[in-house]
Formats: sequence, structure tokens, C-alpha cells
Amino acid sequence: MHLTELAYTQLRRKLDRSELSCEKLVDLYIENIHEQESLNAYITVFEDNARQRAIEIDNRIAGGQAGMLAGMVVAIKDNIVMKGVPTTCGSKILSNFVPPYDATVIRKLLEQDAILIGKTNLDEFAMGSSTETSNFGATRNPHDADRVPGGSSGGSASAVAAGLCCGALGSDTGGSIRQPASFCGVVGLKPTYGRVSRFGLVAFASSLDQIGPLSQTVSDNALLLKSIAGYDPNDSTCANVAVPDYGSFLQQEVRGLKIGKPVEYFSQGLDPEINRAIENVLESLARRGAEIVEVSLPNLEYAISAYYIIATAEASSNLERFDGARYGFRSAGAKNLEEMYVKSRSEGFGPEVKRRIMLGTFVLSSGYYDAYYRKAMQVRTLIKNDFDRVLEQVDCLITPTSPTTAFKLEEKLDDPLQMYLSDIYTVSVNLAGLPALSLPCAKDHQGLPVGIQFIAKPFDEGMLFRIADHVEGNHTC
Amino acid sequence: MSISIHKVEKIARLAKLSFSQKEKENFTDQFNQILTFMEKLNELDTETVEPTTHVLDLQNAMRGDTSKTGLSQDEALDNAPRSKSGFFSVPKVLDKQ
Repeated sequence: MHLTELAYTQLRRKLDRSELSCEKLVDLYIENIHEQESLNAYITVFEDNARQRAIEIDNRIAGGQAGMLAGMVVAIKDNIVMKGVPTTCGSKILSNFVPPYDATVIRKLLEQDAILIGKTNLDEFAMGSSTETSNFGATRNPHDADRVPGGSSGGSASAVAAGLCCGALGSDTGGSIRQPASFCGVVGLKPTYGRVSRFGLVAFASSLDQIGPLSQTVSDNALLLKSIAGYDPNDSTCANVAVPDYGSFLQQEVRGLKIGKPVEYFSQGLDPEINRAIENVLESLARRGAEIVEVSLPNLEYAISAYYIIATAEASSNLERFDGARYGFRSAGAKNLEEMYVKSRSEGFGPEVKRRIMLGTFVLSSGYYDAYYRKAMQVRTLIKNDFDRVLEQVDCLITPTSPTTAFKLEEKLDDPLQMYLSDIYTVSVNLAGLPALSLPCAKDHQGLPVGIQFIAKPFDEGMLFRIADHVEGNHTC
Repeated sequence: MSISIHKVEKIARLAKLSFSQKEKENFTDQFNQILTFMEKLNELDTETVEPTTHVLDLQNAMRGDTSKTGLSQDEALDNAPRSKSGFFSVPKVLDKQ
């Protein structure tokens, strides 16, 4: 097995025993990145910085002073800022933007001696489900280059799946970590809203956005979450809740756990092969002593509408800041201030971002606010109440992550509504602020990965790791 | 409800975006399709339901009224498309008519 296919926990043993050096490891990932450039997973790669840092971390490991993530080669979605290197958000409007500070998650990864290898591609401003709307071109799925990797964290998912890094950070507003994890066959977690600081994450929809890890294994994911979670005074929506040792939830039994199967997630529109794969996991959990109960989330069918009203409203407001005045792209042709705003924005944003700004501006505009925006926030309450009610009865919910496996490039690009509908199983989790994890659990007849989604109570990521680790250990795929 | 191209033009002005005639026509069609889908929400009676703006049970987050070092003027201006004498520089606000 190639070293870059190993999980971090295995690599770390080799690093600690001096059977492997960080320097060698970084070279291997960089070699893979060059070999698989056609995936277009990265926007920026820090070859020299990563090599230099590898030498430092090798010294630290030799000195017995190394942090929790020493030598873990991590990629960062390009909407999370790092001091001194470009953060583009996959947009022309930020193509020349170099942030003057580090996001809190970057600081925390560096404190634990991770090696940051590059910035990954994404749908422009994380708005999309296929990583096709980036100004830097589409990212491809390593399992089939004619298919999308999912989105919007498609660069991160593709990079982890292809061995172009050991782990990665993404952001998830409506499924943007879980759906690409599912399409690329990797583990992806959206933590509870407020679990991880959003300081330094370029805002899309502030009440829904959350940063989370993508990795090859559940245990690597638990380790990454432990490193980046926790209170941050720089983000006033970051919760002051203690961070448990997520590793202690691994290699536990599932006997006695109650697992909910929401019937609405298994109805029309779900690929029968995916249905079968999820049922297999449920049967196997039942054999191992978990109790499976059917539950109902009756308002699921309203989630997409509520989500796209709230997300576009918040986006239209957050993206007002891109005005050509203080940073980012400014149109050359503007004769006065108003023209500078309109031309810089019209030339700087791509079509999907403009569409969402327009929709968001509309639902917030006078005369439509109550009918759309306020209504959507009320429906959000109903959706949240549904989850609260069923999560009182069970420890965890199991659903598919996506109704289909990876679709073809350009298949949905011209039909925004079809693209939005592909988020049906993930958006409700963001509306309710819950933690959820996608785990690869099978492959379909074309060899494409199938993802299973676990959803737990707020701040109960430990439960997700416990069940996902168990399933991972008992299902080969 | 149905949206007219005139309405799309008004929203574009509010959003400080401009579009070609073809783009506007395209948007009008897509908007109508998406908004029809969103009107599914009207099936639900929400008369007595409180809106959720935020899922966490958080109070206002306050900090001490103490100063701390922020970005320097140079750092703050580093990304400016144009700056002059320590200020952001923009085109004239008023055009000579």
C-alpha cells in the first residue's frame, strides 16, 4: 500500500519510530499533486513552505515535543483565510486578495504541528453542489474524471480521496462537506453550529455556516475536530462548551443504542442502490445489538425551500461587502462611485453567485419579506422542532447523504433548481444546527461511492464518531 | 406569483448588479421556476410559529471595554485597489453633469 493511502494514525506511528520523515511524506503528497493535476483539486499549493515546515516538524518529533497533528499534511478550502497567501473563494472578485491574518482554525492546526499543503478549489463563495462554479475551473471526481466531486468543498474531498493530502478542512452551509465526502468516498463532518470558530471563514450564510474536517478515516476526523473545536472570543456565535476527547468514543460497542430511521428520507427520488446500502448498515447495526426505530420528520419536504430562502437572504447581505473599494477586484472602467460598485460586482461575481444575491435581495425586499423570508424562518422552527422531538427518543439518526451517487459534469449546471434539489438530505441539518457525519458505506454498480449520514444531538459529535467508527470497522467498501 | 422583467431590473438596482437583456430574461424564467417551488411553504400554517433566526441559545456576547492591537494602517490598505496618503481612494462620488 502506498504511504499516502494510510490514515494519519498509522503514519504517526511510523513518524514516531523514525521509519518515515515528514520531509519524505510531504514529497510524496507533492508528487501525487503533480501527477493528478488534471483533478484540479487545488487553487494554490505551498510546495516550498510545506517542505520547510516538514523539516521543522521532523526536529520536533525527534525532540519528543510534537503536537497532536505532527506531520499531518492538511489542505484548506480556499474560503478560509491564511495570512500572506491568497484566499480566492474561487471568485474573480477575490483573485488578488491576500489576507492579513490567520483564521482561528488555521492557528489551531499550526499549534498542533500540522503541515498545510495548499488551498483547495470550491464552488464560487461555496455556492454550489458540484465544484463547477469556481472561477478556476471545475474539480473532478477521482473515482471517475467525467463526474463531479460534489460541492462546494469538492477540492478538499477530491484531494483526500486521491491521496493529495492526509486530511482537509471544508465548510458546510447546506451539505458542502458531507455531500462531496459522499461523492468522493471519504469521511466528512459538519460539526454542531458553534462548535468550531468561524473567525476567518469568508461568510456565505452566517446562521448556517460551519467549518469541519474531511479525512480518510473516522479516527483521523475525530482528531482533526478535537484540534479545531472550542470557544473563540473572536466569534461571538462560537459556543463555550467543553471539547471532549473524541478519541475515547472510538472502538466502542453499539449494543443498546437507539438509532432512528426517518421514513421521509427513504421515499421517492432515492436511488434504490443507495437505499439497499443504507438498509444493509441498519441490519448490521441491529445484529450487533442496536435498536432501530422508525421515526418521522414530517417537515423535511419543506427544508429545501426554507433553506434556499434563508441562505440566499444571508448571502445577499454578506456579499454586500464586495464593493471594489477596500479589497478585491475593481473594474477599470468606472467613472464614478456608483459605477465602481456596479461594474466591480457585475464583472467580479459569476452567474450562480449573482443568481443567489438576486434571490436573496428579492426575498428581503419590501413587500416580500413576510411572504418569503419570515415564512422560511417560521418553517425553520418547525423543522428544528421535528429534530428536537425525535432526538429525545433516539441517540442518532441514519439517512442517506445524497439521493444519488456522483453525477456527470455539466449535468445540472444549467438547471439551478435541479442542482438545489440534490441537497435534500443535508440542508435540514444546517437549519437545525445539528452535527452530522457522512461515511462511505458501499459502492454502486458503477464503482461510485455511496455515503451514509449520521445525525446527532447538538454537541454530541462523540456519538457520531462512535457509530461511524463501528460501521467503518464492519463494512468493507 | 409571477415576476416580471421589470421587477428583476428593480432587484438588480438594489443589489448593485447589471445584466444584459438576455441575462435578465433568463433570470426572470429561472426566478419564476424557483419561486414557484418555494411557494410550497404556503401549504404550512405558521400563524402562531415563532421565527428561528438562530439555533443556539446564546445571549449577547459581551467583552471587556479594553483596547487591543488591530491591523496597522499599512496592513489594512495592503489589499486596496487604490490608496492615497493613508486612505482608500475611489472614483468621484458625484459626476459632473
